Amino acid sequence: MAYDPANPMVDRISDIGPRYYSEFHPPVVKANKGKWLWHEITQPGVLVHKSETGAECWTVRVGAARLISIELIREMCDIADKHCDGFFRFTTRNNVEFMVDSKAKVQPLLDDLKGRGNRFPVGGTGCGVTNIVHTQGWVHCHTPATDASGVVKAVMDELFDYFTSMKLPAQVRIALACCLNMCGAVHASDIAILGVHRKPPMIDHHRITGVCELPLAISACPLGAVKPAKAMVNGVEIKTVAVNAERCMFCGNCYTMCPAMPLADPDGDGIAILVGGKVSNSRTAPKFSKLVIPFLPNTPPRWPEVVAAVKGILETYAKDAHKYERVGEWAERIGWEKFFEKCNIPFTIKSIDDYRLAYDTWRTTTQFKYTSHVK
Amino acid sequence: MAKHETPLLDELEKGPWPSFVTDIKRQAEKNPACWDILGQVELSYKEKITHWKHGGIVGVFGYGGGIVGRYSDLPKRFPGVEHFHTVRLNQPASKYYSTEHLRAICDKWEKYGSGMTNMHGSTGDLVLLGCRTESLEPLFYELTHELQQDLGGSGSNLRTPANCLGQSRCEWACYDTEEACHQLTMHYQDEIHRPAFPYKFKFKFSGCPNDCVAAIARSDVAVIGTWRDNIRIDQAAVKEYVAGKIPSNGGAHASRDWGKFDIQKEVIALCPTGCMWMEGGDLKIDDAECTRCMHCLNVMPRALRPGVEQGATICVGAKAPILDGAQFATMIVPFMKVSADNEFEELIEFIEKIWDWWMEVGKNRERVGETMQRIGLPTFIKVMDLEPIPQHIKEPRSNPYVFWQEEEVEGGWDRDVEEFRARHAA
Repeated sequence: MAYDPANPMVDRISDIGPRYYSEFHPPVVKANKGKWLWHEITQPGVLVHKSETGAECWTVRVGAARLISIELIREMCDIADKHCDGFFRFTTRNNVEFMVDSKAKVQPLLDDLKGRGNRFPVGGTGCGVTNIVHTQGWVHCHTPATDASGVVKAVMDELFDYFTSMKLPAQVRIALACCLNMCGAVHASDIAILGVHRKPPMIDHHRITGVCELPLAISACPLGAVKPAKAMVNGVEIKTVAVNAERCMFCGNCYTMCPAMPLADPDGDGIAILVGGKVSNSRTAPKFSKLVIPFLPNTPPRWPEVVAAVKGILETYAKDAHKYERVGEWAERIGWEKFFEKCNIPFTIKSIDDYRLAYDTWRTTTQFKYTSHVK
Repeated sequence: MAKHETPLLDELEKGPWPSFVTDIKRQAEKNPACWDILGQVELSYKEKITHWKHGGIVGVFGYGGGIVGRYSDLPKRFPGVEHFHTVRLNQPASKYYSTEHLRAICDKWEKYGSGMTNMHGSTGDLVLLGCRTESLEPLFYELTHELQQDLGGSGSNLRTPANCLGQSRCEWACYDTEEACHQLTMHYQDEIHRPAFPYKFKFKFSGCPNDCVAAIARSDVAVIGTWRDNIRIDQAAVKEYVAGKIPSNGGAHASRDWGKFDIQKEVIALCPTGCMWMEGGDLKIDDAECTRCMHCLNVMPRALRPGVEQGATICVGAKAPILDGAQFATMIVPFMKVSADNEFEELIEFIEKIWDWWMEVGKNRERVGETMQRIGLPTFIKVMDLEPIPQHIKEPRSNPYVFWQEEEVEGGWDRDVEEFRARHAA
């Protein structure tokens, strides 16, 4: 039976979920699940996992854009069919992992990947910069303050050497979210690239009646900056909203609730840089990323200001941090005043929190370091 | 043959990192609609602003999630992306694929969509980008009938659960993350496909406190593997690490000369609780003081392994900053057995207790972590029928404003002011 548009509910199948994962395990994984003893990264991008049965799973990790075509996926399938018994996987950071069951099969796989132009860079392991997780940006989203794929491409081109090597003090996780909704959850990343708006929403009085539940738009504002108002449209008084621009924190939540309140703008929008977050519980508790550069302009196609800022922070950290220290652990050890000084980032009042729970971030001790900030 | 000039995007074909622009062009040779993706994005690069309209409610019959509507605001100029809806496919746990299944998905997507994808979306779904409204039903029909492949979640429902690859290829996983993820996904198909919650709700399953799926930062219920007995030590392997015969940190530092491995400096001194020491060439751990941070295991994976009494710590209420600020998940259950043997019964009971409460008191678009903040952790602990324990907090409160209950106070709250005044002149 094929789909019948006249009777869409006939013969319908729903709520069947995903396919069962074990159908897709490579044989060496299926046979050794729960039996792994240890792993080692034998070279950047190549891991071996050793099982108590003596079996080995060799993994070659490859970087990829998150936005990929079915032509590229089919090419990945060709590689997996040729080398990996017809199985492969993706990581949570959009890397691709090809697995083989013996060391002898690794080099032919690496050679094959190398022969395919720059499409399959091997790396992303250990103390390097792995793939940047990111959101949709101008390729597919209605609320972005910047692009995603393009900024990521520009940054990864510049940091490529750190993807294919493991010379940093610890792993560095970079993430990009193209607006404050943070679909990419960049709030716990070593370096976060975040699209920000800086102009309050406009009100489209002609559209608002048809597309917007006014109470929802009003309650969407966390600072009470959106109020009920009236306006004249084609000689008729309509109910609408007004925005108290002085109170606006440019979160865009009103636009999410009300399509008649667009706030994106070529000059208003750009990128903020936050640093020092981590997810892992290793050594120190998970940390949020902190805002250190409030705004950099959108400068497509290669965002040189953003690329330079990220690289500057990364390389200062690489030079100064102790072995094992994540960016946030390093910044806390040296003190944030030293972080700004060493990274040569101007400290601005915008890094001082004045939102909720702000007091937690104010310094309530006489302990500090004398840096150039103290005149 | 390119349909639009794209001088700005063409710049992104240069450089060593794989280029999404080159890839879209490759796809456009097969499906000319993709030239309009490039055309519209080029315009955004020129004008520094998006050209996608706000929302648009589309879906497949019977579901309230899984499809996200998207329309171009320049449909005449870029007809290939006039409708450009997102289709979220529920990924298999751990994101392993057979090439057979992936090729079949590619074939369907060639037939019904743009051919562009995200492998994967932030939540974990396999995302198909760019479908026309009229293609949604036939695509869904063929996915379910021929590929046994369902959609994931979107909107105010249970979002597609995700897991780290766990025991399938990691020595640290303290429970079967992929089985837990799969079983709960199947158990909650209705909640994934039909929005009934105040806002989105996410489960994530990490096998150990390294938390490779960022459960503690991104999920309403984070199930993070842990153990409650002693770290297993192979003293012979410890000696090999000390002698420099095994690369430390699983070889993760190999591209730079950090000098000889120093167990004192690199392991013992970095232990957050200071519960390790060397004694006669052996590594000793006072496990009662250990907080299971994973650092020593990460540095010496061949010498140290998690204990054998394994389970998970359950944390609740993480979210990104919108709106009241970012929250990590709060530790609620220190140790829970998470096992397929009883069909994850304890975890399911825990989750449904949260939902019963949150669906009653949660406001529209309020994540459960925000509800917890608004109503307070003490109330949440009571709602969950849990004993308050010091593990729930970093430190005791520093203000004295306790919400005493009347029944906790001797004599209750009813008093007679006349009787009071008889003894105390005003």
